Amino acid sequence: MTKFQKKLWIGILVMAVLTPLGILLPEKFNAGGAWGEWGVEKLEKLLGFVPEGLKKLTDLWKAPIRDYNFGAEPASKILQVVSYIASGFLGIGVCVLIVYIISRLMAKHGK
Amino acid sequence: MTIYQLLTRATKVLLLTEVRSSFVAFLFSGRGDALSSICGISPIGGGFMHIPDGYLGPQTYIPLYGVSVGFWAMAQRKLKKELSLKHVPYLAMAAAFSFLIQMFNIPVPGGTTGHAVGAGIIAILLGPWTAVLAVSVVLIIQAILFGDGGITALGANCFNMAVVMPFVSYGVFKLAKGKSEGRVRLAISAFLSGYLGLLVAALFTAAEFGIQPLIATGADNRPLYAPYPLSVAIPAMAIEHLLVFGVVEGLVTMLLLRYFLKHEHDLVYGLSGPSGPDNLARKLP
Repeated sequence: MTKFQKKLWIGILVMAVLTPLGILLPEKFNAGGAWGEWGVEKLEKLLGFVPEGLKKLTDLWKAPIRDYNFGAEPASKILQVVSYIASGFLGIGVCVLIVYIISRLMAKHGK
Repeated sequence: MTIYQLLTRATKVLLLTEVRSSFVAFLFSGRGDALSSICGISPIGGGFMHIPDGYLGPQTYIPLYGVSVGFWAMAQRKLKKELSLKHVPYLAMAAAFSFLIQMFNIPVPGGTTGHAVGAGIIAILLGPWTAVLAVSVVLIIQAILFGDGGITALGANCFNMAVVMPFVSYGVFKLAKGKSEGRVRLAISAFLSGYLGLLVAALFTAAEFGIQPLIATGADNRPLYAPYPLSVAIPAMAIEHLLVFGVVEGLVTMLLLRYFLKHEHDLVYGLSGPSGPDNLARKLP
């Protein structure tokens, strides 16, 4: 690994540790979730009904670590922060592994 | 008015507190339908880059799966031909970077959140096809492991953020810099590249869910999937990406390019150096 690459990895690790800012700042500024990304209950409240097709598809997939949160909702603040950091490390670990394997296979002809 | 007052006022306007309310009032003046209540409760604008399951009907998500798979196949062929071994470690880093930057939700005070994607800078540094691969892997992991973005909507989300965004960003960068590779010109080109790449991706996303009420309604004429029409979806997505998230993406793109130019100038794919597409193509049979 070159010195430059090492520096970049350190930057990425620092980013991973700082990720909780991405949940703490929105809370501080009283900003909700992304526009339109509302749950079924909220939609029902807003529209007065839940669209049929949406209701059918919405729970199609139960992600193992829903919303980057390991604990059951509602989780305490400290658990949210720890989960978010852990999710970040897990996420980059899996992404790096997959991308590395795929790209290594494709670049094998020595260029 | 003192300078301080002017500044606070400007910040306020920038942060949309006023723009948003007057815009919503304008948009829904005289319309007493359910949609005004949506915007009454949730201010207009915001992220929504990761479309969840249920917001797109099969008429939309199936074709977009097809398009994304087509781009993955092309990316594979292209990268087999020109992916350089020295770029491999950077590709892995690019995926990690894109994953992390999407976790930094940026708040619009009192409103909603959004985030940068990083696809633009990846396209400039490593090439647009490389960005297709790296960002697609990130989006697939986000959907499967963390439920961020739907499984049915995965094709659509990959199309918007891992296809449209890198190619728009890369095209804008090449176009804006032209033949000149001076420092200032490159910085401006990089900013525009990130800014417009994210904006166009957001508009595609808005168009996809905005057409749902047109193409899929039930027997009682109620929408089956995403309920907001184009006239709500497009401005909602455009405004905050124009004023907030696009600016963040632009700055990230600009600063990272500057850092790479300083340390590993020759690595950058989007320049005429040894890693550029012309030189790679010439080297290979």
